[in-house]
Amino acid sequence: MSEPLPIEVRGLRKAYGELVAVDDVDLAVEAGDVFGYLGPNGAGKTTTLRMMLGLITPSAGSVRLFGRDPHLSVKALEGVAGFVEAPSFYPYLNGRTNLDLLAALDGGEAKGRIEEALDKVGLSDRAKDRVGTYSHGMRQRLGIAAALLRAPRLLLLDEPATGLDPGGMRDMRDLIRDLSDQGMTVLLSSHLLGEVEDLCNRVAIVQRGGVAYQGSLADLRRQAGGGYLLRTSDDELARRVAAAQPGISEVRAGAEGGTTFSAEGEEAVGALSLALAESGALIRELSPRHATLEDLFFRLTEGEADGQAEPTPQPAGSAA
Amino acid sequence: MNPGTLTIYRWELRKLRSQKRTYLGLGAAAAVPIIFVLALALRNGSPEDVAFGRYVHETGLAIPLVLLLFGSVWMFPLITALVAGDIIAAEDRNQTLKTILTRSVERQQVFAGKTLATLTYAVAAIALSGSVALIAGILASGFNSIISLSGTRVSAGEGLLLVWASLGVYLIPIVAIACIGLLFSTVFRNSAAAIVGTLMFSLLVQLVGILPGLEGLHPYLLSTQYNAWQGLLRSPVDWAPILRAAWVCALYGVPALIAAGLVFLRRDVAGE
Repeated sequence: MSEPLPIEVRGLRKAYGELVAVDDVDLAVEAGDVFGYLGPNGAGKTTTLRMMLGLITPSAGSVRLFGRDPHLSVKALEGVAGFVEAPSFYPYLNGRTNLDLLAALDGGEAKGRIEEALDKVGLSDRAKDRVGTYSHGMRQRLGIAAALLRAPRLLLLDEPATGLDPGGMRDMRDLIRDLSDQGMTVLLSSHLLGEVEDLCNRVAIVQRGGVAYQGSLADLRRQAGGGYLLRTSDDELARRVAAAQPGISEVRAGAEGGTTFSAEGEEAVGALSLALAESGALIRELSPRHATLEDLFFRLTEGEADGQAEPTPQPAGSAA
Repeated sequence: MNPGTLTIYRWELRKLRSQKRTYLGLGAAAAVPIIFVLALALRNGSPEDVAFGRYVHETGLAIPLVLLLFGSVWMFPLITALVAGDIIAAEDRNQTLKTILTRSVERQQVFAGKTLATLTYAVAAIALSGSVALIAGILASGFNSIISLSGTRVSAGEGLLLVWASLGVYLIPIVAIACIGLLFSTVFRNSAAAIVGTLMFSLLVQLVGILPGLEGLHPYLLSTQYNAWQGLLRSPVDWAPILRAAWVCALYGVPALIAAGLVFLRRDVAGE
């Protein structure tokens, strides 16, 4: 018998009058995924997360967490924890008391996990201080600690590294990696490509409320394609030679000088270097250019003016 | 009470104990009767035009009763609104609704716990104010018998019981005000607006009470119910105003509370 997916979202939509914040989103997050929900600010990421946590009622569509609907009862949040936007606490209570309160609302074993959670996020020393005195980074860490009290199988994090300093970002990523290694399924929303590239195995890229791409990060990288950068003593000549060479395509003048092209394989590149040497265009640089996720991200999210994104590399919603 | 509601209730009380506004409200509830008694001690006159006003120098039992009459204009509604108007809106201010509503308690439990905590605070404020007024009054004017509104003399002991019972009856309109405060707190999502709104509502009802030609409405105004306790200080006891206070206040409070609950259960918890 197959377990229900940690997150299954179908046709999710949220409209505020004329404004459509989330438009027909389908998502499937599988057990063990570190799933990146990537999109520019204002793409509806937070609204989607709020609907997943039962804070906002969808205009249409459904959310299932381990097969249960968070809009019917908080029982659907059993084994689920996380935060949307910056985690918020009672500023007049100290860190530990805030966790005491949340553990009381969780019931069960949660209270026994407070010390461990504080320790894990490195807040044990400041637990007696009022949260009102905490920095943004400390609140972010307290947010993670609050989530850990629930011993979640699924963690939903909204822009967890936003506003953190570089050290704080690194710690946050280490922590997420660590939790993932322990078997936790994680969905994290982000507008930071580096973060998603660093942490996630699968991604959904959203733009204007809808999903423009969903699939594995590896597939996405392949879609983004590779390519080479070539600099020679005579770029005009080099481009002519390259264009005539079998296995070499998309020969173009590079944005920062030189030539860019795609190759079918390394053999084709080797043959090209020989042909260039024979033609008299002397190679000064020939290097593989790893097309970044960024290129694809911008292609997908900035798309065409009429809203037609590039052909979707893989149908959204396909649970590969 | 189910465990979730009880947990929320306990923590709401704990949160109230950690906030300045609670002490502001309770502090005012305790300070006003002391100031009143001091002012009476310094000046020899007495407030002749209100019930029991002429007895303030004869018996301490008159002090809390006169306080109830003065306090109903705006003091007790304000003290009640201070917490009722804030208890939901504060979650919006601190953006903590998302924090507590993603744990293992249902929204209706959160609402029920907050309602109970609000009522507990209101009861505490009235009890505190009444107790301080009694103690200060007895210290200043002595523990003596009092003349009832029917002109009969009531012994000090019996009078004390009647004062406590009066405070209890006084809670009926206070609870209605608390429910209206909760509604405004839920709908406005801003505690200043909710507190001022509750107070304005209370004052507007009193304004209707003094408009000429609307005397027929008097028995059904919320402000009239603040005087229902006077039925206890007649002999025999006149229950009619007390019963009327119960159902009139229910007409104000119950729909407000139901509306607040429905809004709270259905609202989207979105960011700013």
